[in-house]
Amino acid sequence: MKHLLRNIVDAVRGRPAFILPPSAFILLLFASCMREERGFRVSPPPSGRVQTVRLTELQPGPAQPMEVTQNAYEQNAYAVSEGKRLYEQMNCVGCHFHGGGGIGPPLMDARWIYGSDPSQIFSTIVQGRPNGMPSFRNKLNDDQVWKITAYVRSLSGQVEKDVAPSRSDDMSGPPPESSTEKKPPVKSGGIPKSAEMPK
Amino acid sequence: MPSQSALHPAGPQAGRIISLWWMMFYVTGAVFLIVMAFLVAALARRRRPYAGEAADVPDVRPEAARERRMSHVVLTGVGLTVVILFVFLIRSYVTGRALDSLHEQDHLTVKVVGHQWWWEVSYDNSTAAYTVTTANEIHIPTGRPVLFKLTSTDVIHSFWVPNLHGKMDLVPGHENVTWLKADQEGTYRGQCAEFCGHQHAHMAFTVVAEPYDKFKAWYDAQLKPAAEPVNPSQAQGRQVFLSSPCVMCHTIRGTDAGSRVGPDLTHVASRGTLAAGTLENTRGHLGGWVVDSQKIKPGNRMPPNNLEPADLQALLDYLQSLK
Repeated sequence: MKHLLRNIVDAVRGRPAFILPPSAFILLLFASCMREERGFRVSPPPSGRVQTVRLTELQPGPAQPMEVTQNAYEQNAYAVSEGKRLYEQMNCVGCHFHGGGGIGPPLMDARWIYGSDPSQIFSTIVQGRPNGMPSFRNKLNDDQVWKITAYVRSLSGQVEKDVAPSRSDDMSGPPPESSTEKKPPVKSGGIPKSAEMPK
Repeated sequence: MPSQSALHPAGPQAGRIISLWWMMFYVTGAVFLIVMAFLVAALARRRRPYAGEAADVPDVRPEAARERRMSHVVLTGVGLTVVILFVFLIRSYVTGRALDSLHEQDHLTVKVVGHQWWWEVSYDNSTAAYTVTTANEIHIPTGRPVLFKLTSTDVIHSFWVPNLHGKMDLVPGHENVTWLKADQEGTYRGQCAEFCGHQHAHMAFTVVAEPYDKFKAWYDAQLKPAAEPVNPSQAQGRQVFLSSPCVMCHTIRGTDAGSRVGPDLTHVASRGTLAAGTLENTRGHLGGWVVDSQKIKPGNRMPPNNLEPADLQALLDYLQSLK
């Protein structure tokens, strides 16, 4: 063991090619420590203008460009995960499910009935929309709605990959059937323990 | 400032723990001093010169009689160590049994649920109408055993009131129990003793031990629904509370607010602290907490609230009337 170490030290000594690349790699790893800081007090866009937001590009007269809103929470992984928590707790799941849609329209595709801009999604949540979307005015405050908005946009990949939540808080489903290993069927004593009559 | 020290026991449990601790402290302290004394003596002592040799040449040859004497010393040392460790073992076993022997019929049952980062406290009663729910402040009568049923909704927390007992973990999906009794009146500070996230350090509570009469008076006051507003400002404050997102998380019994996500605010003004022991319960602190709690306790679940100044003052008037 001692000889081995000595040999390694001798081999490496005086040869920067052996030391520099690994050291540089290790130093580079430190960069990921500063991926992002938790911003607990990021200012979301003011919500006053949202009350008059346009929902479609169709309008009389000459075409005007749609406004684009920047939601600061879309750069903040903590805020997006808080949005995900609120999405579950406010029962968005009840209609939109986990993005797949069912009673309400799906959110994981990039088709939007009332616009994909953060301010449009914000006003959809606050004002409610026909055919079932309730209004969350005075149920959530603006800060929370902006967080949900960021999460809803992350469902269709509108936010950066390193900001979007990487896992759920609840249990995930079983692995796909394609990766299930074959088990030999049990021949006799067919009743599994869980299906026995209670004694 | 309430007391938070395991060195000042206020109940039988903490008393047993501290007497075990002091015994271990004195015995191991004495052993440490003896070992250090031998070490210093060994360093200071010069070896005797061997007959016929120069005085500065140490004699390293073994000497039969001396070797025998030395082996006796070592054997005695090993024997003593075994005896001391056995005494410790038996004493700590006996203490452990005694800590677990407080079970009595005539006890009070308190349920504590840990949340990130506050404590939900409810007093069990077979009649639902007599169940009291509060937060971060536990009142117990002195001289009567209290059974604490502990659980958590999110991550593992730990319930620790050093003056009364050792720690007990709050585990999600599982109920742990611990018994304690306070013999002396007083206010004792407790704290979460298991790292539970960003605001673990700001997850404290107080245990108020008081004579049964005072405890009963407190309990009866907590049972009542919230005080009705007595002036227009308080009435407006209640309207602000009920028509804003406050109601999505908090309960005020006697009103339509009945959510169980945040602390019960029915008698919030009767409590000594805000935000799980983070702030003293004053009007200024309450206002700051409502408007921008993320500055005070970053990462907590309370969102910032941009209220109109008049609405905020009315809300504070109302919340402060909830004695």
